[in-house]
Amino acid sequence: MSDGAPLLSTRGLTKRFGGRAACRDVSFDLWPGEVLGIVGESGSGKTTLLNCLAGRLEPDEGSVTYETASMGTVDVHGLSEARRRLLARTEWGFVNQDARDGLRMGVSAGANIGERLMAIGGRHYGNIRRDASDWMTRVELDLGRLDDRPTTFSGGMRQRLQIARNLVSNPRLVFMDEPTGGLDVSVQARILDLLRGLVDRFHLSAVLVTHDLGVARLLTHRLMVMQGGTVVEHGLTDQVLDDPQHAYTQMLVASILPV
Amino acid sequence: MPDTHDTSSSDSAYNYAYLDEQTKRMIRRAILKAVAVPGYQVPFGGREMPLPYGWGTGGIQVTAAIIGRDDTLKVIDQGADDTTNAVSIRRFFAKVADVATTTRTEEATVIQTRHRVPETPLKEGQILVFQVPIPEPLRMLEPRETETRTLHALTEYGGMQVSLYESIARHGRISKAYNYPVLVNGRYMMSPSPIPKFDNPKLDNNAALQLYGAGREKRIYAVPPYTPVKSLDFDDHPFEIETWSECCALCGSKESFLDEMIVDDDGKRLFVCSDTDYCQERQQADKP
Amino acid sequence: MLPVLRVSGLNKSFVMHAQGGLALKVLEDVAMSVAPGECLALVGPSGAGKSTLLRALYGNYRPQTGSIRVRHREAWVELVNAEARTTLDVRRHTMGFVSQFLRVIPRVATVDVVAEPMLRRGATLEQARDRAQFLLSLLGIPERLWQLPPATFSGGEQQRVNIARSLIADYPVLLLDEPTASLDVANRDGVIDLIRQRREQGATIVGIFHDVAVRDALATRLHNVALPGAQA
Repeated sequence: MSDGAPLLSTRGLTKRFGGRAACRDVSFDLWPGEVLGIVGESGSGKTTLLNCLAGRLEPDEGSVTYETASMGTVDVHGLSEARRRLLARTEWGFVNQDARDGLRMGVSAGANIGERLMAIGGRHYGNIRRDASDWMTRVELDLGRLDDRPTTFSGGMRQRLQIARNLVSNPRLVFMDEPTGGLDVSVQARILDLLRGLVDRFHLSAVLVTHDLGVARLLTHRLMVMQGGTVVEHGLTDQVLDDPQHAYTQMLVASILPV
Repeated sequence: MPDTHDTSSSDSAYNYAYLDEQTKRMIRRAILKAVAVPGYQVPFGGREMPLPYGWGTGGIQVTAAIIGRDDTLKVIDQGADDTTNAVSIRRFFAKVADVATTTRTEEATVIQTRHRVPETPLKEGQILVFQVPIPEPLRMLEPRETETRTLHALTEYGGMQVSLYESIARHGRISKAYNYPVLVNGRYMMSPSPIPKFDNPKLDNNAALQLYGAGREKRIYAVPPYTPVKSLDFDDHPFEIETWSECCALCGSKESFLDEMIVDDDGKRLFVCSDTDYCQERQQADKP
Repeated sequence: MLPVLRVSGLNKSFVMHAQGGLALKVLEDVAMSVAPGECLALVGPSGAGKSTLLRALYGNYRPQTGSIRVRHREAWVELVNAEARTTLDVRRHTMGFVSQFLRVIPRVATVDVVAEPMLRRGATLEQARDRAQFLLSLLGIPERLWQLPPATFSGGEQQRVNIARSLIADYPVLLLDEPTASLDVANRDGVIDLIRQRREQGATIVGIFHDVAVRDALATRLHNVALPGAQA
């Protein structure tokens, strides 16, 4: 077993909006190579939790620590903003549900992919373009579209571009917020398959928020079920889905339409 | 910079140099801060000026704050001393600040400019005041002021490199010809105002003090004398300035920035120096 | 041979919250141990909890109390209330599960579906594909189907793909849930041969075999499973 330290740890994480706790007392460890799913209905606090984990939202209580590649264990919310942003664009990725939030819509696909490289000092146009081309191919985008803007791309293509833009810097941890939400089922399948392959190939760790238990089954190793801001169940994905213990999880699982 | 309430100026209805003394002090404080942090945009309480935004209200306020009776003022617009804007501003200061004016770069102590840097090398003690329409170099990439400030604070300038990448991808080269972004003193990304990139190398390590004033956006920034100013580029697409196969039709210069003119209905073209003073000096020197 | 799988005091109930918290007791005080080279067949009437027990052994169902211990990386590992990564590691290296149904992954070629467990254990792509092709041909999957995703295959074909996938990695412990259901005789015999081979090589096997012929061919020992209360 790969022992050592967990990649990401959170303890007692609580975030309130006004008097209401959007997520309350969440604790878990994410180990290298693990994909953790957070499931629950809209409003259950999944996205708030994800944003707190990714350092995008300051929690009211609790801690998030991350084991960096080069500077040891860091307290994500104790880092200076400069360090945190550096971490976010080198060791982390963040895939938004709406690709428009994660892409620069006004510049070409190649520039979108190359941005992280340039942000960390890439100053050789030819090399940046070569890496961008490699990633276009990896996410199954036509190389002929390298200089086209994402405004001319379909929803599925934009999402694949967003994935490439995030993975080009070889992150170790990727946060995903409903990466296939709002896409056609056939387009979803392709993206899920792509993500699955990339996670395997690059030994990525990931935290994935979804309300789709099918997506969770396909992509995640472990699941946390959230209801009203608290984690009501936590376990191996197949345990949670095949032998749900909590009333809410049983209801979620029973609500899946059979195909 | 004499601070004075002397009412013997040519138009005593106004305070010396048009602005009240409080305002000038406020602007000078902003300038001092700008000089102390090269390339950083300092907000200032810009005043209404007797000309519309876009005509140099930022530059005029900077000039008004630094000018004194011993100064000699030169004003150029696109390199020329004789355009409406340049003439108006020069007359304005002659009237409200009682200063000598000149068209000769060498004689001037303060040069207010729109869109050019004079061809004649500047000397220590001279001050170049730029009129700036959009002070924020990152504005086209990021519309939110809070975010651009954060980007400057954290030196996150990847986005600017992205725009150059985009230019090469589209045109095969960096096509930006004006307002070409620069990094000042290895720290702040700066808009050099819409000067041609031909002038960018002149900003680097210049002996004169460069002050930039943006009236509408109420920002002042500066490049102190002998400060490194680097134009952005890629290792495999280095920064280059424009060149012309022609020379100036009037003075024969091959080194200056040339304007293209259509001189007749048949489309006959002529190239002449954009810097009228430089051109005239050369023409004078050639005469026996 | 010393056992590599030990179960003791295992209890499992399903609590149905939608039905007012109705508790359904399925396993009560289950104990057993299985050694290498043994094939333990779970027997008992339909609904007696054979599948539940098998799934509990794999860590898929979560027992309330009791112990399931397995030899893993030369140490005993407790699977009841184990951490997720412990169970995953046991599944990756020690325990394989053959079920009747293949969970299809969209767009992945059959040969790669089969090769995956071996790749995860560190084999090269070439080794894993070679072995996958060998197993697929042994199990009578026509070569023209190998590069297609198994989503559109018949039930029997999908099951054989699943068996190939479960057997490719040479797990020391194999859990079989009706491995030959819905297979024709020729294919069934192929699968029996493969499993027997694994047993003779020293694998520890626990299985459910409704087909008596299959059970007779493979089982070395029987284990009765009955619903709590129905036993006495």
